[in-house]
Amino acid sequence: MTTSHDLDEITLSIWEQVQHSADLCVKCNICTSFCPVANVTDMFPGPKFVGPQAQRFRNPHEISVDDSLDYCSGCGVCSMVCPHGVKVMEMNAKARYKLYKTKKWIPLRNRILGRSELLGWLGSPFAPIANVTLKLKPLRILIEGIMGVHRDAPMPAFSWETFRGWYQTVHKKSPQRVISDKKVVFYHACSVNYYEAFIGKAAIAVLEHNGYEVIVPKDQVCCGLPMLSNAEFDAARQNARTNINSLVRYARAGHKIVGTSSSCTLSLKSDYRHILDMDDADARLVSQQTYDICEFLLELAQAGELKTDFQPINASIPYHSPCQLRAHNMGLPAIELMELIPGIQIKHIQADCCGIAGTYGYKKEKHDISMAVGKSLFEQVKATESDVAICDSETCRWQIEHATGTKMIHPVQLLAQAYGLT
Amino acid sequence: MQKKSTEVLVIGGGVTGCGVLFDLAQRGFKATLLERGALSMGTSGRFHGLLHSGGRYAVNDPDAAHECIVENQILRKVMPHCIEDTGGMFVSTPDDPPEFADEFYQACHKVSIPATEISIEEMLRREPLLNPKIRRVFTVPDASVETWDACRSLVVSAAEHGAETLEFHEVTELLKEGNKVVGAVAINKVTGETVTITADLIVSAVGAWGGRLAAMADCDVTVHAGKGTMIAMNYRMVNTVVNRCVHPSGSDGDIIVPIGTVAVIGTTSVRVDDPDNYPIEEWEVKLMMEEGEKMVPSFRKFRALRAWAGVRPLYQEKGAASDLRAVTRKYALLDHSPRDGVDNFVTITGGKWTTYRMMAEDTVDLVCKKLDTTRACRTAETTLHNPHGESKYHTLGSRLQKLETGEFDGQLICECEIVTRNQIEANLATNDRHIINDLRRDLRVGMGPCQGGFCTYRVAGLMHKNKQLTTQQTNKALVDFLQERWKGMNTVLWGQHLRQMQLDEGIYMGVLGLDKLPPGLSGIDEKRVAEVETEGYYEVS
Repeated sequence: MTTSHDLDEITLSIWEQVQHSADLCVKCNICTSFCPVANVTDMFPGPKFVGPQAQRFRNPHEISVDDSLDYCSGCGVCSMVCPHGVKVMEMNAKARYKLYKTKKWIPLRNRILGRSELLGWLGSPFAPIANVTLKLKPLRILIEGIMGVHRDAPMPAFSWETFRGWYQTVHKKSPQRVISDKKVVFYHACSVNYYEAFIGKAAIAVLEHNGYEVIVPKDQVCCGLPMLSNAEFDAARQNARTNINSLVRYARAGHKIVGTSSSCTLSLKSDYRHILDMDDADARLVSQQTYDICEFLLELAQAGELKTDFQPINASIPYHSPCQLRAHNMGLPAIELMELIPGIQIKHIQADCCGIAGTYGYKKEKHDISMAVGKSLFEQVKATESDVAICDSETCRWQIEHATGTKMIHPVQLLAQAYGLT
Repeated sequence: MQKKSTEVLVIGGGVTGCGVLFDLAQRGFKATLLERGALSMGTSGRFHGLLHSGGRYAVNDPDAAHECIVENQILRKVMPHCIEDTGGMFVSTPDDPPEFADEFYQACHKVSIPATEISIEEMLRREPLLNPKIRRVFTVPDASVETWDACRSLVVSAAEHGAETLEFHEVTELLKEGNKVVGAVAINKVTGETVTITADLIVSAVGAWGGRLAAMADCDVTVHAGKGTMIAMNYRMVNTVVNRCVHPSGSDGDIIVPIGTVAVIGTTSVRVDDPDNYPIEEWEVKLMMEEGEKMVPSFRKFRALRAWAGVRPLYQEKGAASDLRAVTRKYALLDHSPRDGVDNFVTITGGKWTTYRMMAEDTVDLVCKKLDTTRACRTAETTLHNPHGESKYHTLGSRLQKLETGEFDGQLICECEIVTRNQIEANLATNDRHIINDLRRDLRVGMGPCQGGFCTYRVAGLMHKNKQLTTQQTNKALVDFLQERWKGMNTVLWGQHLRQMQLDEGIYMGVLGLDKLPPGLSGIDEKRVAEVETEGYYEVS
């Protein structure tokens, strides 16, 4: 064989392309039995069908024919439970891209939902007015009619002061700011910047409390996941490239990159490479160096480097692990970490998905599905009768809070509280 | 005993026989076809699925090459619904003699095959998984063709002109009166009934079995059986037919054909004595996977679904050929009257699937001459009956689209190949047989990655309900089909496909307890099981 050794590398990279993982499917149906969407609606034929099965009928030279795949929420439970390594969700994301390429048209609604950063940039300066206005039912009905954004979908409140604005103008100038050789990079993503600056502040407080200097790169942008899930791969790739270029400098210096948004850090870790096919050395390095904040802190704890000067919190608090967090394949670091707090009892809710799946539950035609997906989760949260519940991912927090009325917080907020930092 | 009479009796329901039947019927002959199994069950159903552009024969067999390109263009017009216009490439890999590429290119143009050289970049743009170290690439109008649909379309179109097709009728005897063949005796293999058919003329279109049939009429015909082994890969890693740009003699495993949901690599060429009995050998499978790797560097990592072999009919008048690939692929039409002194008997053999129509035309021209009539052939201008009602090229996505639009409705029974309950029930209503394999040929049931793992029990249940089968008949249908599926997989069981088979085994043995059925209810052929255990593999028969 003359073609073996020198081609090994080509072979390997070809094999890592998600579309070819269809070849691994043995039809066992585990993905379908776990799919949160297929379990509540017949509109979606299920991950096995639209994934590895339909993939065998897709010729790159032919047009896309199966609109029903658009009912995939992209939660990724299928890829996680597949015992054979079929990248089902990733395959569907790519098929959706092809679907909208065939249609030659992406609804304005999807384009807008895909641009969370632009929305935040527009809304944040008018936060007090915007937050009130967007709660007005007649306006929401109007928006639903014109745009197709469901009237009941949870709208987060804009933050009057952006996180980055606070970091640049307040924190950087603060004498209390930690300057250290131990540095960590904070990837704040859109939600922290425009909606939940307080989570970013809590993250910085916790990291600094543990002796880390926190770098917030100025040139970071939205991870691109909302665009990716709405089939705008080209726009998502632009954002991905900006982030990779921004973050790779720190990664090369050996710094770790942490984030509080589990979906956004998952994009850095996996989606850029596996869905957007940006599998170059820089992307791989950024992927390797990226951590969910709880994953990072738990590693510190395991190395004996995490401060444990927690004040007791005597409470039992429900916790939902989002699907996009579980897709990190790192276990559930938030639970182990929070259980270091004396007196705390974390009640892990047994539910796969809250249903919102990023922008999915905002869409008029999918909102009911999204609420049906989350039903069991909502009931379990309500049954705990707790005033507060915990979840790592922002859209999931908004969805659960909207559905249950329970105040939702990020694990890092609880840690900051236990450290006495708030 | 049933008695029938017809004007022309065609024996053999491969594509040639079906083509002859349609041509005869269209020219106004009363014609009947006898096939010992189902249509296209012999060599016509055991090939790559390649509609040749002729490129493969351009250098060493220009006549055959020219026939291929002419017929290729005609078939695209008359049976578009059976053809996927994949296009083809001839690639010169680092393992191939570089000087052959120019020779190939010139030879193509001499016989009017529109070969065009494209850049390696363009090749990779069209087919990203091809070996980037390929040196030269030529595109040709190869395509893939769905043989079962084609044969079915031919007999249905023939039936519109009054022709009759009798499947599962095996000829046991040719009736002679003096030096004339006057008919045939056949056994209906479903009912066991004997049928005698008298005819003015008999056409033998039985391919590699031509020698045997001719012997029944006391004619000496030598048709070599050239075994070719092929492997279907689970996934279309290429969507264009890919041929190695090499001299076809002494070259094996050098064509990959994307057809339906699979990609088929083949073939070997080994002479066998018995066209009904030829094992697939380990070296053939190994060789194919290695050769595939030269065209697609990750080839061996893709899942091989099953292997099968077919026997090419290679006719040679004088003596035995030493190298099968050197035997012309041009067909042979034998009039046994001048040749052997046997009247009313004609043999058509050799040739390619691609040239079946031309072979049929020549054959029926000879029939006209022998029956002293002049009737023009119109098969090159007549679009065949399409049971699906459209005359577009077949596309890979069509089944998915039909399911999406609701054209295929009802429960999904075969998930891998997208076959619904309504399709199966409609098909079951058309015949009296209890064979799941017939559904496979008509609808592709059980042909996907799980190889019947998830659909066989569903189909058996539908048969039980719709045809009022007994428990034993249902079990037998189920077991027979699983055996048929498993025999094609035994030679390619490794990696992911082995896991698949373990899952399937778990379903049938573990969950359904197929091996624990009381004797007499199972339908399992114990003798065959014992044979398999000693052989280590199933023979393809």
